[in-house]
Amino acid sequence: MQMLKKGYFGDFGGRFVPELLMPPLIELEEAMGRIMPSPIFQQELGRIMADFVGRPTPLYHCQGLSEMLGRNIWLKREDLAHTGAHKVNNTMGQALLAKHMGKPRLIAETGAGQHGVATATAAAMLGLECVVYMGSIDVKRQSHNVRRMKLLGAEVRPVESGTKTLKDAINAALRDWIAEQRTTHYCLGSVTGAHPFPLLVRDLQAVIGREAKRQFMEKMGGKLPYMIVACVGGGSNAIGAFHEFVPHGEVRLVGVEAAGTGELGCYHSATLTKGEHGVLHGALTKLLQDKHGQVEPSHSVAAGLDYPGVGPEHAGLQAAGRAEYYCVNDTQALNAFQVLCRTEGIIPALESSHALAWVLDNAESIPRGEHVIINLSGRGDKDLDIIEEVLGI
Amino acid sequence: MTKSRLEQKIREANEAGRKALIPYLPAGYPDKERFWKELSALDKSGADIIEIGVPFSDPVADGPVVERASLQCLEAGVTLDWILAELKKRKGGFKAGIVLMGYYNPFYKYGLDRLAADAAEAGVTGFIVPDLPMEESEDMTKALAARGLDLIPLVGLNTSEERMKLYADNARGYVYFVSVLGTTGERTSLPEEIAGRLAVAKRVFDVPLALGFGISRPEQLTTFGDTIDAVVFGSSLIKHLDQGGDSAGFMARWK
Repeated sequence: MQMLKKGYFGDFGGRFVPELLMPPLIELEEAMGRIMPSPIFQQELGRIMADFVGRPTPLYHCQGLSEMLGRNIWLKREDLAHTGAHKVNNTMGQALLAKHMGKPRLIAETGAGQHGVATATAAAMLGLECVVYMGSIDVKRQSHNVRRMKLLGAEVRPVESGTKTLKDAINAALRDWIAEQRTTHYCLGSVTGAHPFPLLVRDLQAVIGREAKRQFMEKMGGKLPYMIVACVGGGSNAIGAFHEFVPHGEVRLVGVEAAGTGELGCYHSATLTKGEHGVLHGALTKLLQDKHGQVEPSHSVAAGLDYPGVGPEHAGLQAAGRAEYYCVNDTQALNAFQVLCRTEGIIPALESSHALAWVLDNAESIPRGEHVIINLSGRGDKDLDIIEEVLGI
Repeated sequence: MTKSRLEQKIREANEAGRKALIPYLPAGYPDKERFWKELSALDKSGADIIEIGVPFSDPVADGPVVERASLQCLEAGVTLDWILAELKKRKGGFKAGIVLMGYYNPFYKYGLDRLAADAAEAGVTGFIVPDLPMEESEDMTKALAARGLDLIPLVGLNTSEERMKLYADNARGYVYFVSVLGTTGERTSLPEEIAGRLAVAKRVFDVPLALGFGISRPEQLTTFGDTIDAVVFGSSLIKHLDQGGDSAGFMARWK
């Protein structure tokens, strides 16, 4: 029986799903192995990434921030990828895979709406049908992205059950997939869920770290950066940024979670920092839960980080001591958001602002003059309603 | 290994010329007190096995009726500790076999060895865990087997014969055959392909076959003849209670 277990990162991962979902997961795993390495698929994906997504995205040295902090701050500009976030790397890959698998329909779940927009974009570009599940609370706080999805031809289905946020949207998408698996690919949005999703999404996002490493080494004469920092909700932009550097033990990998309001007893999304071993949405990972194993609601001002679970590979990297995870609260993130706007002329997503905030607030712990790459996972246009409300701007 | 008590219950019903009846009710539904009255009524009204739902915050395989009922139970403060403690008080009080059905995380969090010990002491005979396919079930199977408890496998319309054979190697109690590609809940009709898949399952498994998901009327079963040995109903029972009916009245329609 042990031989049957697949998709583990140390103690974390696996496939904890209803038996009805095992055949489509096995079908997907088989398709990943057969279709994705083929030259036809790779050439097509390469073309899409270059001409449609706009890769490689730049690696930008922040003059103002670097002078302010006395450390060299670099931004990997995923906010400049088509649709405004790293999410499109994953959805274009999965949509193309679905098309090669003969599946005409994509479903997705979304929190901040970036993954929904990216899936709707990929579906439109490749001629696939698209349905996006979104918690009704997120539908309200990310209305800009809901309108974008509709323009792109996707159907947005608000989810009213549970906490009405991302985790409930995932439940709804899984139910749809159980029923419609013969025609449908579930375009999962992060490095979460049952095997092979954490591997599939990681492999599609690893382009971030590959490019960043090449770009940094070219600019710095073959040198590696001191540290890579990325925000972690489900963890796809962070794994994408980390993966290429995992074998380079001298490069510090720092993931930054959302501490919510930061007040004692309030909900947050700091799964790796404050969660415990548990099973949700198909994987054994770290989880926010009560003493009875019920999943706790999460909170963050950044909807994309508002998730009580985390990708199992992050839990594995943490347990192995290869990556470090910290958390910052809403106020710190909002402060960092404003700093980047004013010093660099870049409006970052509130998710990415968490990574930035950790560097701003912990710069003293980084040796002076060292080089830090922050993955700027997305742009902040989608968050303007929240920003206006919270900061009164 | 001795024959499972759950298997015995189903075989006894079959020998009496009928399908075994397996009602499902979430623990603490419709409220914490009435639940135990309904459970006794189900037991007295001909239930051969009773599946007690252990509520979970994220019931992925459940349709709207069971989901709503489960979340209502959670809000009323139902926990696995409460279920086991209350069952322990009533140990020996039920003719029917008692099975706990719930998602993996509350069981995992409770601790599998402790769960098996406490469940056995509370008179539980088996478990159904919808999000625990065979690939991940080794730890729980071992813990339960040490206390003589069964882990009931679920299979469905899309389960290949090869996978069914792997399940058959460890199957005890009965096999839960999911009748639809979907979540729990009543359906007006069942898919035509069921009969063929049930025939495969019948050939592969030595333990009895129970058909569940989407079943609300005895007429739905007439075409399956001897391929199924038991029938599970959940959503239709919950709806019946919601509409002011009682368990005895519900069970009467299946006799």
